[in-house]
Amino acid sequence: MLRINKLTLLSVMATGLFLTSCDKDDDMDNFDTSGTFTQNDQMARPAVNTVFVNAARKNEFNTTVPSAMNTAFNAQFQSVLTGFGYTTNILGLDKATFAAVLATDVLNVKMNGVTTFYDGTNVLTGRALADDVITTELILIFGGATGASNPGLRDDNVNANDKAFLAAFPYLATPH
Amino acid sequence: MKRKILVGGLLCTLLVGGIIFAADHIDAPAVTGPGSTSPGNDITDIYAFQSPADNSKMVFVLNTQGLLSPGASATATFPAGVMYEFNIDNTGDNIEDLVIQCLVQNGKMRVYGPVAPAVPGTTSTVMTNGPVTEVSVTSYSSSSAPSGGTNANGTKIFAGPRDDPFFFDLVRFKEIIAGTQTSFRNPGVDSFAGTNVMSIVVEVPKSLLGSSTTINVWGETKSK
Repeated sequence: MLRINKLTLLSVMATGLFLTSCDKDDDMDNFDTSGTFTQNDQMARPAVNTVFVNAARKNEFNTTVPSAMNTAFNAQFQSVLTGFGYTTNILGLDKATFAAVLATDVLNVKMNGVTTFYDGTNVLTGRALADDVITTELILIFGGATGASNPGLRDDNVNANDKAFLAAFPYLATPH
Repeated sequence: MKRKILVGGLLCTLLVGGIIFAADHIDAPAVTGPGSTSPGNDITDIYAFQSPADNSKMVFVLNTQGLLSPGASATATFPAGVMYEFNIDNTGDNIEDLVIQCLVQNGKMRVYGPVAPAVPGTTSTVMTNGPVTEVSVTSYSSSSAPSGGTNANGTKIFAGPRDDPFFFDLVRFKEIIAGTQTSFRNPGVDSFAGTNVMSIVVEVPKSLLGSSTTINVWGETKSK
């Protein structure tokens, strides 16, 4: 009896291995957890890939592990910053350093206390729903050493979402 | 003069960068480009913040399928065969030590983790050895009463259509890039007002994320 079960199991395993279209029943209730998943898209900070990576390299950026991003993309990020007339910003980062911060596309998240992209005091301690992340990025790119340069380019003047967020889970507003 | 130089720089970026979207909406040509049939793979935004309801927990949001109209939202689904994966580095080397893997099949989402991945990097297998949390996908018609799946360990999960929380005067930005405008307007106009995304929300106890004071987080979509 035990032997038959083992044989059955072996047969099921073989089926799962060789028939890719088969619904493998790992969890015994028709939820397929088999196979290997390969990366398509990746992101952390808003608009980084959008603004700094050219069309020909977007897929490459989406499949480069974060620990390898700075080596692969620092030069390209610096050239885009040069195009923007960038020299420094309110954080005092020179072009190469700012490019390194941007190119490693992860969200730094503080485990205790305020989690925000920027709230006037805390910088890059997370990303909350209401954070005006685009204006923060525009200030860091166009605002110069004081954050006040290029007044026409450092704020898009959209300061909040069009729907109020919820105080309770799942926090995002209901759909339109 | 300075403004002219800046606009010239922006224009230059457009020429090398092609059409610009935001925040990361439609930024994965491999899955959203011509011939692709996998819009469910395109991430629009990632959020990571302390729970407004419970400061012992962290909330992770992964939004996909940007710019959905209300009509399109009513029939939008999460494709099977896609893994939505939060990656968490808690040792400061930008290599994931923990993953939270989300799969949707037959109207159900299962979330595996936080758990150490079999191997870090661009390929994943489902980590069935860690915590598992399950929820029904909330439909558009029932979105005012969203389903929240819970786990005895304190994890809470959601999947379904939501308002896109991202806001940006993208239209004006593109005009600046194109050289037809030289500055933003005031007030600006939110190009994402009135649009929805397909959203995954995972709230986990901080105690499941390790003991470091700072973590690094990023989101990925992977497919078979």
